[in-house]
Amino acid sequence: MEPTTKTETLDIEGMTCASCAAAVEKSLSRTPGVQRAVVNFATEKATIDYVPTQATPATLTAAVVQAGYGVLARAPDTSAAERSAELDRQKALAYRQLKRRFGVAAGLAAIIMPLSMLMLWPALMARINMQVLNYILLLLTLPVLLYSGREFYTSAWNGLRHRAANMDTLIAVGTGAAFLYSLAATVAPGFFTRRGLMPEVYYDTTATIIALILLGKVLEMRAKTQTSAAIRTLMGLQAKTARVLRPDDQEADVPIEQVQLDDVVVVRPGEKVATDGIILVGQSALDEAMLTGESLPVEKRPGDAVFGATLNKTGSFRFRVTKVGADTMLSQIVKLVEDAQGSRAPIQRLADKVSTVFVPTVVVIAILTFVLWFDFAPPATRLPLALVNFVAVLIIACPCALGLATPTAIMVSTGKGAEHGVLIRNAEALEKAYQVNTVLLDKTGTITRGEPAVTDFRPAAGQDAPALLALVAAVERQSEHPLAAAVVRHAEAQGAATVPATDFRAVEGKGATATVAGQVVLIGNQRLLAEAGISLPADLTAQAGQLLAQAKTVLYVAVAGQAAGLVGVADTVRDTSAAAIRQLQGLGLEVVMMTGDNPQTAAQVAGQVGITRYFAEVLPADKAGQVKVLQAEGRVVAMVGDGINDAPALAQADIGLAMGAGTDVAMEAAGITLMRSDLQGVVTAIALSRQTIRTIRQNLFFAFFYNVLGIPVAAGLLYPFFGILLSPMLAAAAMALSSVSVLTNSLRLKGFAVGEK
Amino acid sequence: MDFIEIIVTLSGLGLAAFVIWYFFFSARRMVSAVSSSGGVQQVSITVKGGYSPDVVEVERGKPVQLSFYRDEENSCSEELLFPDFSIRRALPAFQTTLVELLPQQAGTFAFTCGMGMLRGRLVVR
Repeated sequence: MEPTTKTETLDIEGMTCASCAAAVEKSLSRTPGVQRAVVNFATEKATIDYVPTQATPATLTAAVVQAGYGVLARAPDTSAAERSAELDRQKALAYRQLKRRFGVAAGLAAIIMPLSMLMLWPALMARINMQVLNYILLLLTLPVLLYSGREFYTSAWNGLRHRAANMDTLIAVGTGAAFLYSLAATVAPGFFTRRGLMPEVYYDTTATIIALILLGKVLEMRAKTQTSAAIRTLMGLQAKTARVLRPDDQEADVPIEQVQLDDVVVVRPGEKVATDGIILVGQSALDEAMLTGESLPVEKRPGDAVFGATLNKTGSFRFRVTKVGADTMLSQIVKLVEDAQGSRAPIQRLADKVSTVFVPTVVVIAILTFVLWFDFAPPATRLPLALVNFVAVLIIACPCALGLATPTAIMVSTGKGAEHGVLIRNAEALEKAYQVNTVLLDKTGTITRGEPAVTDFRPAAGQDAPALLALVAAVERQSEHPLAAAVVRHAEAQGAATVPATDFRAVEGKGATATVAGQVVLIGNQRLLAEAGISLPADLTAQAGQLLAQAKTVLYVAVAGQAAGLVGVADTVRDTSAAAIRQLQGLGLEVVMMTGDNPQTAAQVAGQVGITRYFAEVLPADKAGQVKVLQAEGRVVAMVGDGINDAPALAQADIGLAMGAGTDVAMEAAGITLMRSDLQGVVTAIALSRQTIRTIRQNLFFAFFYNVLGIPVAAGLLYPFFGILLSPMLAAAAMALSSVSVLTNSLRLKGFAVGEK
Repeated sequence: MDFIEIIVTLSGLGLAAFVIWYFFFSARRMVSAVSSSGGVQQVSITVKGGYSPDVVEVERGKPVQLSFYRDEENSCSEELLFPDFSIRRALPAFQTTLVELLPQQAGTFAFTCGMGMLRGRLVVR
């Protein structure tokens, strides 16, 4: 039995040129037990297949070193799945700890609060020793501070050493000040009474603030995991194993990492497709909703591409692997969504600037608040008032709401987009899509299917239509020409009989011929018939002229040496186009069409889908120019194309939308890629961008408004007029709620849905 | 205005001035990247309440590998953002996370924590 091989990847250090890579590869290949070694100079990685009984990672490393290069020690777990699992573990642990810390703080605060309020009952107070009560409160507060709140202090301290200030700095300074003051009043009350001050303590404030902020953090953490749920779902779609067909025709379940290019993989009904490839044998319907958002299963036959993570519904098939690992469609989608989530939206710029200076500014405001209260309040109460307002300012200020406002909305919406088969390149694309007021559609492949379909079938006088169609289909079934495929599809849709054809012959550039039911059948262009010496009767000639005038391709059919009919073939409008265009117009957008067709055809298609403005006879090289024409009118243009020859126009547009799983070029040029091949995706993209930007605006408004209003109130601005002071405990509640509100508002985007038709 | 008020006012203003200087104007710690034999510019950064070093100098056009070691569990630093390079990376606590990028243009590019509180700069020459 052939010993199983293992695959190892090494990070090679010190390669300066491609020939270095060759040297490493050679050295590795000569190592006993190595079956295959591939060194990639660009990624500085070597991938080695070896027999574990004869070679080990250590001997492989030695071979690299022998060639004069180094091997970088890798982090112990490098696979994305393992990393994210580790992160999830850490997060779950952190969440549990946070909840415990909140529990302790809340429990103790619930005791501290009523105890602190005893002084409201003078009769009761007379019997209790103030001093003893303060010490009891101190003992109850210490665990809140040292256990529940410890992270605030360590984080603030670590930050201070780096000259960085964050939310924890504010909480640490605020609660720290209240606590230290109370501690002094507890330990040395004489110091206060001698100066005519009540030795008041603020243990309840300290404990309650910490409990409330922790509550906010618990809620925030729970909401935050939901913002990145979409990408985790996407990553989770990856199949774990593949059933690979070995050369001896045995099937073996292999971990997905070991599947290699050109392997043949077997897929049974109900199974997940392991990776990307092309069907060799068999046919089936596949559910591709997870990648494209298309809810109907897609029929696939030999030669069609299948994608990893999609679900095989009905039939069995075998496919040849064409892409593995990071090259697969799923990985590229994940990468695109991840990149988008890491990008910065221009709308965020102001918030970014504010957050850089936020915390130190608030600290300065708090210090000034303290000074002003101390200087202007009555001497007997000036110290407690100064302290309380100082703490309130520090606690109410919430930089988190500002920081969370944009990214959380972007994260939820890019994930939501991916769910609908709308891949958004970055936050800027989302913002551009929001500003769009004109949508330019390239007709072919967007409004229309971009592939021919039979529109007219015209038998000659005296011909039986179903019988003729059966004959034609019999010939075309043998042909590989795209027009032939259209004819076969039409015949199948019409339920034409299947009859066998013999002596099939394709005539290059003209058509095809075969013998069906003992008759020679010709189908092709006019030249094919002319060369066979077959003339066209006048009525067929007239009909052909009509079809040609409608910009249709005409196929001529002859049976047994007699012209028998015509087939009109044209690119057809997608069923969904008219409805999607209506929806776009309903969103207040002007929809413009551009096509290479003549003005009559253009007018006809435009009329069919409800478009009033169109550009006809546009040469492919001129598409970008038409975008410029619209932009010169002061419009913000979204260009929708199938991507193959639209790349310059997509790039010229304010936002480009490439349709139909696009080519790589289009994905590069387009701000948004639509996985599903119909215009509904354009509606989704624009509606989603509008809702996202609206959410971001609400978030930013709330975050700014909250801080701009909250800080002065906490500083006591209302006191001289209305006698209103904000208790630091209320400030803590407001602060805890503010970031949660922003997050919750962003999460509302999860409910995004486009009213389909 | 009594004596204590004067003391409090002066020390308050002094403290405010110190805060402004400390956070906005004091000198930062800058470190230049070390190129490995393969031409990759490598820098190790410790994440603990901030980034140290927090200003990293690299050369343009050469790949850069930043290894971020997160030396704390505090949730503030759990995410790393390089907006100009479209990077959002989760940093597991007490582990090293490699961030690779290729700076094509000279300039100063900020990196921050998830909420933009902790900040550092990548200076590309």
